[in-house]
Amino acid sequence: MSTLDVMRPSLPSWGPWAPPAAALAAAVALAIATDIGTGVLLVGAVVVAAAVVYAWSRVVEGGRRALDRLVTVLVASAFALAVIPLISVLYTVIVKGAERFDWAFFTETGRNVVGAGGGAWHAIVGTLVITGVATVASVPIGIMAAIYLQEYGQGRLKRWLTFFVDVMTGIPSIVAGLFAFALFAIFFGPGVRMGVMGAVALSVLMIPIVVRSTEEMLKVVPNGLREASYALGVPKWRTVVSVVLPTALAGIVTGVMVAVARVIGETAPLLITTGTITSLNANPFSGRMEPLPVYAYSQYKHPGVPPEPYFARAWAAALTLIAIVMLLNLVARLIYKRFGTEIRG
Amino acid sequence: MTEHASTAAGEAAATAAPRGGAATVEAVAAKAVEVSDLNLYYGDFHAVKDVNLRIEPNAVTALIGSSGCGKSTFLRSLNRMHELVPGGRVEGSIRLDGDDIYAPDVDPVAVRRQIGMVFQAPNPFPTMSIYDNVAAGLKLTRRRRDRAGLDEIVERSLRQAHLWDEVKDRLDRPGIGLSGGQQQRLCIARTIAVEPEVVLMDEPASALDPISTLAIEDLMIELKERYTIVIVTHNMQQAGRASDYTAFFNIAGVGEPGMLVEFDTTEKIFSNPSEPATEDYISGRFG
Repeated sequence: MSTLDVMRPSLPSWGPWAPPAAALAAAVALAIATDIGTGVLLVGAVVVAAAVVYAWSRVVEGGRRALDRLVTVLVASAFALAVIPLISVLYTVIVKGAERFDWAFFTETGRNVVGAGGGAWHAIVGTLVITGVATVASVPIGIMAAIYLQEYGQGRLKRWLTFFVDVMTGIPSIVAGLFAFALFAIFFGPGVRMGVMGAVALSVLMIPIVVRSTEEMLKVVPNGLREASYALGVPKWRTVVSVVLPTALAGIVTGVMVAVARVIGETAPLLITTGTITSLNANPFSGRMEPLPVYAYSQYKHPGVPPEPYFARAWAAALTLIAIVMLLNLVARLIYKRFGTEIRG
Repeated sequence: MTEHASTAAGEAAATAAPRGGAATVEAVAAKAVEVSDLNLYYGDFHAVKDVNLRIEPNAVTALIGSSGCGKSTFLRSLNRMHELVPGGRVEGSIRLDGDDIYAPDVDPVAVRRQIGMVFQAPNPFPTMSIYDNVAAGLKLTRRRRDRAGLDEIVERSLRQAHLWDEVKDRLDRPGIGLSGGQQQRLCIARTIAVEPEVVLMDEPASALDPISTLAIEDLMIELKERYTIVIVTHNMQQAGRASDYTAFFNIAGVGEPGMLVEFDTTEKIFSNPSEPATEDYISGRFG
């Protein structure tokens, strides 16, 4: 045998898959046949599969490969464990939401609807308008703040601003809602409800996210590009606008999309600032608006008799929200693919 | 002053016949740079001490010396890039044909329009096409030109940088799609498109293969017809081949400031240097 050990025996290609598959099948069979808990069975399956793979591989391939196989099984199991809740949520929402995910749901409002029928058109408009206003307000502020912090700021002011941005990132969303509520109560009196109040609350949540992500993207822009621009006699502001920002643009857009996806599902701050309403209102500066999460909440919390149509609408609203967020993510990915620049030092 | 400059330009033009093909650069008198009592600092660290030298117009001046001896710092002080580093500080004076570029009322941006720089790593702007990279200096400094005028400058700069034939059919393609050597020539085209008086090069060929290195050396020899060139290099052959004057920098020890040991014509430095340290360095005995 050569010292390189090239022809060393190894498990067949299906080797590492067979024991986990068998263990999983056994667990499923036991789950159906007996009343042992599913969690216990799954953990048992992982332990048994890992032990079998390790022992088999150790006999055939030796200790180092066996350890490699063992860790592979454990890592794959951890991944599966992390994905299971996600798939479960998605599955539940799709199954339960599909019932009312129909044309009427997207064209009709909840006005004068008792029992079955009606739709969430007013809530979709509410979500798009409120999130849209929040985005329009937050993105310029966030990007400019990031430019200040990354390109201009220094010393104590920069440290303090960075600190407060970090603190703002962790603000509970209900606090943002109460802030907006209190702010508008000063000018319009208590009990006021407007779409723009919700937008302000969402902005408070969005701005720190946009600042953080934009700052990270500006950091990635190589300093050599700034220096090249300065060496051409280009002033600093012009360098930032024409060289640094375009280079980081795709990343900044992705960061904005992530921030939008993060706030579009907020319920609590909107519940106290925009209120609930069943008819269409597209004007954020006048009267109540009902965004999708609040719609889902109110359908579920205050159903009529019988409650089933209300629950079905709540699930459909959840499905719509997930669809909107997925669409935004897709758009962000497309933008990144289309306009993303290869950054090199 | 101007008299001296034009004589030197004449001499330089007479002695340096470009090696590679027909000259694309017409001779124009460039400006001299006079450095007196220059001290450079990074915060408390004294990086370069008491430099006095005169960089001749229309000639290539090479800065040599071991790593960390302050060559690059000195080069970056020549177009006020040193002060961009946090804590970067400059004492002394640098005069571009008599005008102190560190005078209090001088805008560093205006200085950099006259003294351009090519960096060690090719750094074309990744969001811009080849055309826009070359035109960047003019576009971003708002020196407005009509499209035809811009086209002409882009073509001339690319020709001077010996890149035109390779890219003339794909000017709208991204600049980062070029090879390393082409990118560096693109950066040179970008620098000379704004028609500076002086071109600083910080080890422009250290990241390139020997063929591209040779191309860049040929290019320097041609470009001195029109510009004053200062180059930092670790490559002794390069300094010997391409430069007219050589400045040798050295440090007494770690943590000590870099100093100008000897400055003379390249011929003198490489054949009969006055300082033993210079001879040791050139012959490869240390460094």
